Amino acid sequence: MAKIDRHYDKGFQELVHMAVKNLVNDVKLFSPEAIVVGNMMSSSLFQQDSLAALVADAVGLRGRGGFKVEAACGSGGHAIAAGYALVASGLYNQVLVVGVEKMSDYPTATTTAALAQAADFEHEAIYGASFVALNALVMRLYMHRYEAKREDLAIWPVRMHEYGSQNPYAQLRNRITIEDVLKSAVIADPIRLMDSSPIGDGAAAILLASEDVARKISDTPIQIAGVGMGSDGLDLASREDLLNPMSIRMAAEKAYKMAGVGPRDIDVAEIHDAFTITALLSIEGLGFAGLGESWKLIKDGRFAAGDKPSINLSGGLKARGHPVGATGVYQVAEIAMQLRGDFPGVKVGKAEYGLAMNTGGVATLTTVTILKR
Amino acid sequence: MRMSPARVWRERGARYRLEGSKCKRCGRVFYPPKPACPYCGSLEVEKVELPKRGKIISYTIEYTVPEGYRHLAPLIIALIELENGVKVLAPLTDVKPDEVYIGMPVEATLRRVWEESDEGLIVYGIKFTPTTS
Repeated sequence: MAKIDRHYDKGFQELVHMAVKNLVNDVKLFSPEAIVVGNMMSSSLFQQDSLAALVADAVGLRGRGGFKVEAACGSGGHAIAAGYALVASGLYNQVLVVGVEKMSDYPTATTTAALAQAADFEHEAIYGASFVALNALVMRLYMHRYEAKREDLAIWPVRMHEYGSQNPYAQLRNRITIEDVLKSAVIADPIRLMDSSPIGDGAAAILLASEDVARKISDTPIQIAGVGMGSDGLDLASREDLLNPMSIRMAAEKAYKMAGVGPRDIDVAEIHDAFTITALLSIEGLGFAGLGESWKLIKDGRFAAGDKPSINLSGGLKARGHPVGATGVYQVAEIAMQLRGDFPGVKVGKAEYGLAMNTGGVATLTTVTILKR
Repeated sequence: MRMSPARVWRERGARYRLEGSKCKRCGRVFYPPKPACPYCGSLEVEKVELPKRGKIISYTIEYTVPEGYRHLAPLIIALIELENGVKVLAPLTDVKPDEVYIGMPVEATLRRVWEESDEGLIVYGIKFTPTTS
């Protein structure tokens, strides 16, 4: 992992190089046969496609084939699913999965215009609806249906900043208060600046290997026990229920079934909290709380460090940061480190099962990855 | 943002007339229109024009507004349930932010949505206003 920041001095290759160098030191034999890249905006912001070749040359892997996976902010999780399939099929023994995103080179309006491509252009963005606005509409519906107060929904970002402050890879390492959240600028009512993940650059890398190879190259391999994907309507209007995204339910169901576990077995999780409302929908969609219950449980102190599951000890997208196409790879790397016991921030303690959930759009394309020690 | 005349023309049904789809198998009506039913998976659907009145289910008041739409700030985007239960996402117009509430009755109207430049393409589309009668 590379620390998420506004890396004005680093391009795609320098960021990838930084992340992979850390990874190489973790294994005895680094010899990937293919590369999968999770990235959203290289095309829209940097006029650059063919990203796997750029990544290969950043880490001396010219010759190895690969491709980029795009699923908006969920690109990283989907890259892992694709990399997993390449290994599980027997096609390759070692696959390098890299998530990388550059977001800070341009004025915010340029970056957010590219981010808006995650939503339906023809029926939403064309009307001037920003990505924040679409999430805000969901948040208002949540507060209305479940009678949650604005201040109740300010607890989450405060907790994320507390954890982020202890994570050396996090972009935002300052602590904030409920008052800070409630006084921050309104972006699209009821979403405020402090409900929103920051803009930053980052890269994270993981090495996927077949079981026998993994045991040879690492003393502490972590098993991928379950992988699931799901989708919901690209447009919000035709969704069955905006507060119960089908993509999360489908991805979770598949991953739990494959791993042979359920929500109660998960010790530690990294979930997608691009906005405070996204955290609530994710916690409920994964089965950690019933529909409309997550905000009450968070208020009661649930899902904090020491609870089962402990959620977003990295600081989450809110504080660790959200270099969109890279985020899903950060999450899986963080969970792997938590299970090994060497995560450099807030630790979960003894843990057997971990879960990473990453989504693109307004919970439009979701992956759930379950890891086992 | 880029827009082509062919695209504006192709997308006119949903945007000018509030055209949705009706599934020939399960009978569900939905918006925006799609060539397949998102609920039962049928590949056989037909076009239907939707009722022009409904009520607000949720909304947001957008203060940070994308380039090309800033003259509209603060922009109100609403999710509207039409009289037949079909949901539509669209901007509100001719209403002040503090007048909007969940449950507010609204009706569709055709307005200018986006302009390429002083001499370029103009995209028109449905917006909603408070019901007058």
